[in-house]
Amino acid sequence: MATVIIPTPLRKFTNNTAKLDVKAENIQQTVNELTLNFPDLKKHLLDEQGQIRSFVNIFVGNDDIRDLQQERTEVRTDTVISIIPAIAGGYA
Amino acid sequence: MIILDTIARAELLKDAIAAFPDECCGFLFGREDANGFRAVSDILVVNNAKEGDKRRRFAIAPLDYLKAEQYAEDNQLQLLGVYHSHPNHPAIPSEHDRVAAQPWFSYVIVSVLEGKPDALRSWRLNNEDQFEEENVGVVASNINHEFNHQS
Repeated sequence: MATVIIPTPLRKFTNNTAKLDVKAENIQQTVNELTLNFPDLKKHLLDEQGQIRSFVNIFVGNDDIRDLQQERTEVRTDTVISIIPAIAGGYA
Repeated sequence: MIILDTIARAELLKDAIAAFPDECCGFLFGREDANGFRAVSDILVVNNAKEGDKRRRFAIAPLDYLKAEQYAEDNQLQLLGVYHSHPNHPAIPSEHDRVAAQPWFSYVIVSVLEGKPDALRSWRLNNEDQFEEENVGVVASNINHEFNHQS
């Protein structure tokens, strides 16, 4: 099974679990499994249209899925998937 | 409440001064106890990766975020939040700060006025996704950060 690393600020929605195993063949299935098992994660990962939020980066290893095949990016049993919140801000 | 170790606080202020008039940014590490009190023992200075006007915006690259999570794991610490500076503006989060903010994280903001550090304040999102201020304290380095510690 592939491993998903949950970022610290979202662990309150995964019972404080940092690493989760998923039975998925691609990123879309990974996200589906996560939001099914942890419904409170949904609003932080997906927008109203069910698309991955622009503020959320998903990496397979060190590669952004935007540079791969997006949600269709393949996942293998040894794949490490990182959910990375976009950290940004500023006074104006 | 969030307590900053004096060395961590000094490093944070040094980064804010060095970056002026741009915004600086970085991560806060430490531990949260069972009562929700947070003690910051380490900071990690990060490059402001914002493309465009760094005087009023900051961004942290995804790979730097991954490194921060790894640093926390390697050092058995918690990634408690993020700091950044507001050059020539108060240490109050903007709407842009709020929209981009993550749940649970502490957001420490330091105001830098004409190159000199001013107020340092910390904020966290509440359940309505609005910022609430949290009290900030400072303790000397190398002190046991258990809040019920008595020497």
